[in-house]
Amino acid sequence: MLFDTIAAISTPIGEGAIGIVRLSGPESFGIVDKIFKANVDKLDWEDRKLKYGHIYDGDHLIDEVMIVKMYAPRTYTREDIVEINCHGGAVPLREILRICLREGARLAERGEFTKRAFLNGRIDLAQAESIMDLINSKTNKGFDIAINQLEGHLSNKINMIRSELIKIMAEVEVSIDYPEEDIEEITYDALGSGLENAALQIQNLLKSSNTGKIIREGLKTVIIGKPNVGKSSLMNVLLKDSRAIVTDIPGTTRDVIEEFLSVDGIPIKLVDTAGIRETEDLVERLGVEKSKSYFNAADLVIFMLNGAEPLSPEDHMLMEKVKDKPAIVLINKSDLEQKIELESISDIFSNEQIIMTSMSNESGIQQLEDEIKRLVFGIQIDQGNQEIVSNTRHIALLEIALKHINEALNATKQSLPYDFIEVDVKEAIVQLGLVTGESVASDLMQTIFSQFCLGK
Amino acid sequence: MIRTFDAGYYDCIVIGAGHAGCEAALASARMGVKTLVLSINLDSIAMMPCNPSIGGTGKGHLVKEIDALGGEMGLNIDRSFLQSKMLNASKGPAVHSLRAQADKHKYHTEMKRVMENTENLTVKQAEVIALNIENSKIGGVITKTGAFYKAATVVLATGTYLSSKIFIGEAEILSGPNGLAASYELGDSLRDANIELRRFKTGTPARVDKRSLDFHKMEIQWGDKEYELFSFLNEDIPLDEMPCWLTYTNVNTHEVILGNLDKSGLFTGTIEGTGPRYCPSIETKIMRFADKERHQLFIEPEGRDTNEMYVQGMSSSMAEDVQLAFMRTIPGLENVEIMRPAYAIEYDCVDPLSLNLSLEFKNIRGLFSAGQFNGSSGYEEAAAQGIIAGINAALKVKGEPPFILDRSEAYIGVLIDDLVTKGTDEPYRMMTSRAEYRLVLRQDNADARLTEKAYNIGLVTEERYAKFMEKTQMMQQEIDRIATTNLKAEDVNPILIELGSSPVLQSMKIIDLLKRPEVFYKHLECIDITRPDTLKKDVIKQLEVTLKYEGYIKKQLQQIEKFKDLEERKLSADLDYSKIDNLRLEARQKLDDVKPLSIGQASRISGVSPSDISVLLVYLEQMRRKKDV
Ligand SMILES: Nc1nc2c(ncn2[C@@H]2O[C@H](COP(=O)(O)OP(=O)(O)OP(=O)(O)O)[C@@H](O)[C@H]2O)c(=O)[nH]1
Ligand SMILES: [Mg+2]
Repeated sequence: MLFDTIAAISTPIGEGAIGIVRLSGPESFGIVDKIFKANVDKLDWEDRKLKYGHIYDGDHLIDEVMIVKMYAPRTYTREDIVEINCHGGAVPLREILRICLREGARLAERGEFTKRAFLNGRIDLAQAESIMDLINSKTNKGFDIAINQLEGHLSNKINMIRSELIKIMAEVEVSIDYPEEDIEEITYDALGSGLENAALQIQNLLKSSNTGKIIREGLKTVIIGKPNVGKSSLMNVLLKDSRAIVTDIPGTTRDVIEEFLSVDGIPIKLVDTAGIRETEDLVERLGVEKSKSYFNAADLVIFMLNGAEPLSPEDHMLMEKVKDKPAIVLINKSDLEQKIELESISDIFSNEQIIMTSMSNESGIQQLEDEIKRLVFGIQIDQGNQEIVSNTRHIALLEIALKHINEALNATKQSLPYDFIEVDVKEAIVQLGLVTGESVASDLMQTIFSQFCLGK
Repeated sequence: MIRTFDAGYYDCIVIGAGHAGCEAALASARMGVKTLVLSINLDSIAMMPCNPSIGGTGKGHLVKEIDALGGEMGLNIDRSFLQSKMLNASKGPAVHSLRAQADKHKYHTEMKRVMENTENLTVKQAEVIALNIENSKIGGVITKTGAFYKAATVVLATGTYLSSKIFIGEAEILSGPNGLAASYELGDSLRDANIELRRFKTGTPARVDKRSLDFHKMEIQWGDKEYELFSFLNEDIPLDEMPCWLTYTNVNTHEVILGNLDKSGLFTGTIEGTGPRYCPSIETKIMRFADKERHQLFIEPEGRDTNEMYVQGMSSSMAEDVQLAFMRTIPGLENVEIMRPAYAIEYDCVDPLSLNLSLEFKNIRGLFSAGQFNGSSGYEEAAAQGIIAGINAALKVKGEPPFILDRSEAYIGVLIDDLVTKGTDEPYRMMTSRAEYRLVLRQDNADARLTEKAYNIGLVTEERYAKFMEKTQMMQQEIDRIATTNLKAEDVNPILIELGSSPVLQSMKIIDLLKRPEVFYKHLECIDITRPDTLKKDVIKQLEVTLKYEGYIKKQLQQIEKFKDLEERKLSADLDYSKIDNLRLEARQKLDDVKPLSIGQASRISGVSPSDISVLLVYLEQMRRKKDV
């Protein structure tokens, strides 16, 4: 069998009530059997019959699903295929995909199901041309700022863990390949604590990574702006509820207000803040301070301006702060006569980032939601959910790496020979390297020779 | 150009009789092909110009594999060893590595004797100055004395002799290793044939007079009492062992060296060649690892009938007087006399990317190359390539497909694939960490991996094959026996308790007991009454390894299966990559340079991405269907 098992979310995320995660390849049945519990445990799977049950991550229930197994070769790819029909929100889809990847599937590349269909003799030559074009074409990476930042952060950390593991492995390898050099051999204790440390870091990363958090806690989105521009009004409009108090008195909101909402399946933690200005009022000043700290921790900033007024020095000051963050600029009160200097805004922000809104007649809200989706997904939904998924992939890789480190730890505790322990350490390094596309061999040699004095 | 004369025809001519040349010539002759080996000096056949030992980590694996294929290196060291040691014995079985100290002279004379007495093999002294190449096909070789030997195939195994230059301090000497004549004309002929040459560098330490050493100040180093041999053919060879000695450099040594760096060829910039990272000179070590207070040195005998001792760990290109001065700061070497000074040597070699996996040149049919000329370093690496080049030259003569070992079958496969697929920018040394399937590529199973294959191409003798089959049968019978023989709880429990292993409640199969990490064959000896007396040591060892590490080995076998899938997707050598539009430009270039034989090999080329591989797969399928239509 030439191919491994691939998986992908094969419906647009958040657009329908039902979403599908699809697997293709020799292990797709095996993987699903590990994570799926049928409600009525009927004996056998029937080809192409839906089965009802639940997907679990260990003991933890993920979603209620309908599953269909399709037996090779009568399938699109001519391989065993499984389709998991779950709820259409981003959370269940991503969680299910993540578990499939952890259990041994590989994230499908763009067009890969079709590619396999072709390679396995399913579709014709004309279609193959378009697959070739697809494989090496660049993804549209223009606006995936939010995710890119998160990713950059995460892959930095992964790289750090990886190079620590490479250092450990270099010590193991050097003791194997240079047994007679005057180099102190790494002890099982040292090896164990090195591995434990790496395991701990990965666990922390999994717990605290922003990427994981977006799934669990939502995209932290903070509305900021001068007093009285309409921030609380926006919150209410998005929530379709009068959650925040709205008055025409500047400084109405004095403490932050947090609410969860979902924009087409993307979980969002929305924060309304006190308008930022210099103030003598103690309570309001505390609120302003808090607004600033929320601003600093935000994944996404919605920066609101009042279009009916010229830009004030405070607006300019805020613009300077916002410009380095993933942000959307709303020019509100578009129902009133516009006095704002648009050029100074478009000098700093791109056209996609600037949206005219009116909270009074609820205009511009759709554009705002579209832009949020675009920032999160990074690319057009119909191109295959690459960006959102690549985070899921990071998490899955981390989980697989962790599994290997734990196996290596186990072997260390049993004092198995180094060459066996090394098998899992190397595999962990390979998995972590997949995030950044690094290969083990050259890095390892580099580390061995730079760290140890060897020779004849 | 001098007058040439017709000197006859050979199926295969091997240029050079170093470790690569010897194995190449023997392999081709043993496969029944009329073979000529030419050496500049017949007294340098199988000469060991550097360390007086064979094997070591990774290298020991290569020797066992060469032996399993029917090569000579393992047999020859077994005839000439002075001491033997299993390195990494305390580590896992996959990295156990045999190394033997060699009597250099004996190694040479024994190999020479074998060569001279091999059927189909002619040994002659001559310097080849030109290759005869017509229409991108080898036609023969021309020697300095005008002899024109016609040939169907030629194997270049010139080692470090091609345009070599020796550096000792400020002295630059046009010479081959050990003061032997080098070859300065052949290089031009290769360049004329569009073979691009580059310059590598290596070095060797001094040889010192045994009588000038004070061994009381050194630690004696013996080999193993119970030693293993290299060849699968040998069982017991008696040994009158010779020891090695251990001593260390100190701050005074380092001071002398640092104070005289201007007298080192390495640091004055006269040496152009690229040296290996793993084999730095003593001056490089001291510069790069300044905080290391001492470096260890092994003093090793060069042979039984000589007082020359090799100072392992001290390769250098410093001036001779400086060498003497810093050596005399070392305990035991206070009065040392140098017999041959350390030197650095620079030589021409080929970029191995211009070779196929069969070690045939891509652009010249019938021309093969092996050994240090291909950018490797080490006797064992050379011999490993030699045997493959010799085999493939012979197969070419016979019109049969090439013999290629892949990365999952042998260290030899890893070595050659690394060289011709990835290339190297320093002399390449084998290390076990370069093998991704290390747990399967062990010394103990080299015969199981390779002997049958080599038998099928006619290299392995009937004697060796019979011996191998006997071992294989014995192994199978023994597996059957231990899988069906139970040991009673009351018999086995005292032994288990003694070993700290948990006792059993009912009788248990021997095979399951042996799977426990702490239980070995020897422990069960007195209660295992059906055990045959004839059971051989190597069978026991191999069984223990496969049983104890079953889980890991299985995992690796699964990885190998995946690897094989891609290796079996063949790519034609005349595929025009420039016509595949969707490949990235860099990938097209690299693929065109390497001309990989399989998708698997293509995926290991640096600069070829996974998506390029996807494009290739789709392209191949397209081509296949167009053909079908
Ligand atoms: N005409 C018009 N009025 C609006 C619009 N959005 C908000 N307002 C009004 O502007 C006033 C301030 O709105 P809020 O939502 O309280 O403003 P805020 O930014 O939360 O103010 P602070 O909490 O004081 O910082 C209210 O009287 C709103 O009714 C709009 O789009 N058009
Ligand atoms: Mg407010």
